[in-house]
Amino acid sequence: MMVAALHLAWRYVVRHRLQTCLLAGALALVLALPLCLRVLVQATEAAMRDRAIATPQVLGTRGSALDLMLSALYFKRQPLPLMEMRHLQELRSTGLGKAIPLDARFHAQGAAIIGTEMEYFDFRRLKLASGRLMTRLGDCVLGARLASRRGLGPGDHLFSTQEQVFDMAGVYPLKMRITGVLAVSGTPDDDAVFADLKTVWLIAGLAHGHDDVASGKDTVLQQEQGNTVANASVRMYHEVTDQNLDSFHFHGDVGAYPVSAAIVVPVDVKSEALLAGRYLKEDLPVQLIRPREQFESLMGTLFQVQNLALVVLAVTLGAALAITVLVFALSFRLRRREFDTLGDLGVSPADLLWTKSFEVAIVGGGGLVAALVLTAVVQWKAQEWIRLLLS
Amino acid sequence: MSGIAVSNLQFTYPESPFRLRVKDLRVSEGGTLVLLGPSGAGKTTLLRLMSGLLLPGQGRVSLGGDDLATMPEAARRAFRLEKVGLIFQDFALLDYLTVAENILLPQTFRHSREGRALGRELAERLEVHQHWDKLAGRLSQGERQRVAVARALVHRPRFLFADEPTASLDVGRRETVMNLLLEYTSASGASLVMITHDVELAPRFSSQVRVDEFTS
Repeated sequence: MMVAALHLAWRYVVRHRLQTCLLAGALALVLALPLCLRVLVQATEAAMRDRAIATPQVLGTRGSALDLMLSALYFKRQPLPLMEMRHLQELRSTGLGKAIPLDARFHAQGAAIIGTEMEYFDFRRLKLASGRLMTRLGDCVLGARLASRRGLGPGDHLFSTQEQVFDMAGVYPLKMRITGVLAVSGTPDDDAVFADLKTVWLIAGLAHGHDDVASGKDTVLQQEQGNTVANASVRMYHEVTDQNLDSFHFHGDVGAYPVSAAIVVPVDVKSEALLAGRYLKEDLPVQLIRPREQFESLMGTLFQVQNLALVVLAVTLGAALAITVLVFALSFRLRRREFDTLGDLGVSPADLLWTKSFEVAIVGGGGLVAALVLTAVVQWKAQEWIRLLLS
Repeated sequence: MSGIAVSNLQFTYPESPFRLRVKDLRVSEGGTLVLLGPSGAGKTTLLRLMSGLLLPGQGRVSLGGDDLATMPEAARRAFRLEKVGLIFQDFALLDYLTVAENILLPQTFRHSREGRALGRELAERLEVHQHWDKLAGRLSQGERQRVAVARALVHRPRFLFADEPTASLDVGRRETVMNLLLEYTSASGASLVMITHDVELAPRFSSQVRVDEFTS
């Protein structure tokens, strides 16, 4: 008898598949939302935790500690007030730890260009998958996913993005030579372009070279009284070549040059405490943060928001279930004649109840399965989405 | 006794002046009875009482010697599913089922795989076989009525109750349905009770009753 009831329920659901799909879809959404929210929060925590724990301290301009952490650790694209290189030099001079500079102001093809020093690769335990690390001004190394996504490799070139389109006197893009591609690390490093700090200063216009315009007849517009005026064919980008490498030079005091932040690796626990104490003074233009603490604070806030959202979603779920019950009640009421007919033919009340129950179960089960599939998809894609969110 | 027997039956609807009193009414095994009378006379009420869909306030309705009023509800339903064929005035087909599924519905709930061949045969006899896999909701009124007739016969009922089974049919199809019902009762020994407004059909039944004579 239950088979007959199931058959009848199935036939009804199939015949009214649009309504069934809408109802199951609505149920799936309200069921999946809390699950997806949890998955995303967990993915965020997983994506951020290791890096935050692995980075002892970060030095940066006083301001939002959270922004400093997000920018220095996850290369999140947001303007960070710059600090002078001398603060980094001062920290190094204390002998309490290493300081690895980071300049994350510029971008290339949507990816952050991270100006740093060779120590960064050792600190993050980054290995090369192909090519070699940068050896001279204008070289860069790509993260694995970026290289794969853009189809770039050693020997190719990459232009830095012109950050200010309307600044006619601004810095032209730098044509960088790709010397290597890093192995997959599953961190934000996979999506970044790494260059020497001086290369980034070159992009910023703090260093420059001199093209030999006079020797190339194609580029000369006019020559008079020892002055050469170039024509419009002059390239509107910098490129460091073996020929012009020696002509590049920096002006001014390197200590006044800007960096976004610096990763600080104290010698030992005591040094870490001493450094932390040293930068507590409010009147200092820089701050030293512990990413682990910032991460825990961020996650605390995130969990609070999650709990609030879960309460709201639970209320929504309750309302959706109430509406579903109402929809079924109205549907069964409208079909009363049909059930009366079945009863008249001799179908038992138990079988009629089974028929109704199977209809509810098919719709509810469909909604549940759809919710689980949706959650599985979110779980599958969560890491990628979180990385995009953080980039 | 076999067949249908109604004795000293009294029935009223709550808060209604309608009264139905039947002292004695019998349909023998293989017998046919036509219920006649104007609209509102109580034909459908009497049919429902005789088929066990309604229970009398007083009196007795027995089908094949079984008193329906004294049966538990579950037994009465099982009895109908096994032994009673019903053709409703509004056909009462399930629109989301195919013609085949509608015809075989009693068999489905009886958990019986038998009847498919008979169902097909009935559909051919009633000229709805070409719609076998079509949804009932897409049929014309006449086709729906014929499907309802096939559904009532597919489990070879001992008692057949038909409420205007030819109302939506043209003369030719009416004859087909009537011939089928009468042949079935004659061949199987089932008892047939039918309502009709078509007085031309009345002489073909072994007994006739004007229901308005039972009501007040």
